[in-house]
Amino acid sequence: MSNRVFAGLLLFSSSALAQPAAVDRSELRALQAAVAASQSAGDNAWMLVSAALVLMMTGPGLALFYCGLVRKKNVLGTMMQSFAMMAWITLLWAVCGYSLVFGPGNGFIGGLSYVFLRGVGAAPNPLYAPTIPQQTFMIYQGMFAIITPALIAGAFAERVRFRAMLVFSTLWAFFVYFPVAHMVWGAGGFLNAFQGGRIPVFDFAGGTVVHITSGFSALVTALYIGKRVGYPHEKIVPHNLVLSFIGACLLWVGWFGFNAGSALAASSLATSAFVATHFAAAAGAIAWMAAEHLHNGKVSALGGISGAVAGLATVTQGAGFVQPFSAILIGLIAGFVCGFMVVVAKNKLRYDDSLDVFGVHGVGGLVGCLLTGVFATRAVNSALKMANGQPAALGWIDGNPGQVVNQAIGAVIGIGLAVAGTLAALKIAELVTPLRMTEREEDTGMDLSLHGEEGYNFEA
Amino acid sequence: MVKIEVVIQPSKLDSAREALKNIGIDGLTVSEVRGHGRQKGHKEVYRGREYNVDLLHKIKLEMVVPAARKDEVTRALVEAVRTGAIGDGKIFVTEVLEAIRIRDDSRGESAL
Repeated sequence: MSNRVFAGLLLFSSSALAQPAAVDRSELRALQAAVAASQSAGDNAWMLVSAALVLMMTGPGLALFYCGLVRKKNVLGTMMQSFAMMAWITLLWAVCGYSLVFGPGNGFIGGLSYVFLRGVGAAPNPLYAPTIPQQTFMIYQGMFAIITPALIAGAFAERVRFRAMLVFSTLWAFFVYFPVAHMVWGAGGFLNAFQGGRIPVFDFAGGTVVHITSGFSALVTALYIGKRVGYPHEKIVPHNLVLSFIGACLLWVGWFGFNAGSALAASSLATSAFVATHFAAAAGAIAWMAAEHLHNGKVSALGGISGAVAGLATVTQGAGFVQPFSAILIGLIAGFVCGFMVVVAKNKLRYDDSLDVFGVHGVGGLVGCLLTGVFATRAVNSALKMANGQPAALGWIDGNPGQVVNQAIGAVIGIGLAVAGTLAALKIAELVTPLRMTEREEDTGMDLSLHGEEGYNFEA
Repeated sequence: MVKIEVVIQPSKLDSAREALKNIGIDGLTVSEVRGHGRQKGHKEVYRGREYNVDLLHKIKLEMVVPAARKDEVTRALVEAVRTGAIGDGKIFVTEVLEAIRIRDDSRGESAL
């Protein structure tokens, strides 16, 4: 748009000088190309930084957050689960993952046209991000595929073999992540609100694709694999909350790449998503800490960082659709609801979702999905157009209460696929390799049993 | 010779050492130990799960001194570490049969 205005001004000034012939078509084209190139440079710079930020969420962010919450004999094994996803899912993504999500396909899964990244180069893919190289878009999206299975691993922490974790995560990527990501974000996806979906779901940065899928899959793995030896009567406490603290703060920072980067451009929409993300994290932390204070008179560090992560997970779906004070409200609700799930409900239900992936990401993702249907507004995001070209009403506050139903249907489909796909992945993985460590190995710890090393060799 | 074993709060280590230095006790072994007496433990809460921690971190000092200095040393230690609260610790005194300095094989009080 801006390049057209610029060219128009140029034409105008040229005619004012009564030299219309001085600007020929080739000059105009060169000018348009130069304007497009500078926009592309700005967008590409932000998207490359965003991709790096999202990778930083998994390593070291999530790796530190999780490893501090386990016992010291499992510190390396827990970090390795995140790290292995950084390496292994990257290769899967290059070979066929990107294609299965963003390659042209049907409503449920992408095709094979980008297998081995064929044709994914410097030219933009106008369907998704018209101003940046498709390769930038590809690597940015790959970082999301990495963190999602890494999140699940927190539910079965301290008791699953490394090989089993790799087999399960591979199958899970094919059964759950690739289909759901395609359905929500792929062109023609069944739930894609902007590109021909049957049920229009707004998922800006992965509330459904990342958090609902990982959170509900986490619950299934925790129930299927069973409790840790000694849980809940033995004392199983975080061995180093300092590491968790650093990890959670890295997650908070990395989340700017996750949510604001999902604008896929260095645009004002990216700014809006950045602000919403930050506000929700702050509100989530305050809400969880306030609830703790009311509950037992003390505010804990673990509560504070858990609240921030809950706020971040919950605002992910609506980050690019909601106004700043809606984001604060979303964060406050996230802090209270996720806090209740983790502190009260889980301890009553007695399942061993060891690092509370379901309570934070599953419940937060679901709440965020529904609240996006309430708070999404065209004042923030005008991408959805009516027939007359005007921005369409988005959420309930825009006068479209039906969107909450759409969001709920999207969530149910995401949950259904997550549960079914996770069960299938667990069953098949179990045929290939034992899932659980032996009781003896679990007692010794993952670091020595699985990896043959120790995290803390203070005598060395 | 007597061996004096003292279990104290970790925060009182420096004042105990200072007191011993002031009365000329040079030899000392310090260990980090855990235990409890009548002092109750404390409660820790992680995401709503409560744990009672009843083995508390303490510091144990051990020193062997001439029997004649027993009262002087124990009095200095009590003054240095007492706060009057439960958990201040305990002192135990036992007889020692022999002391040997490994470097030159000297024996008895001259080895201290």
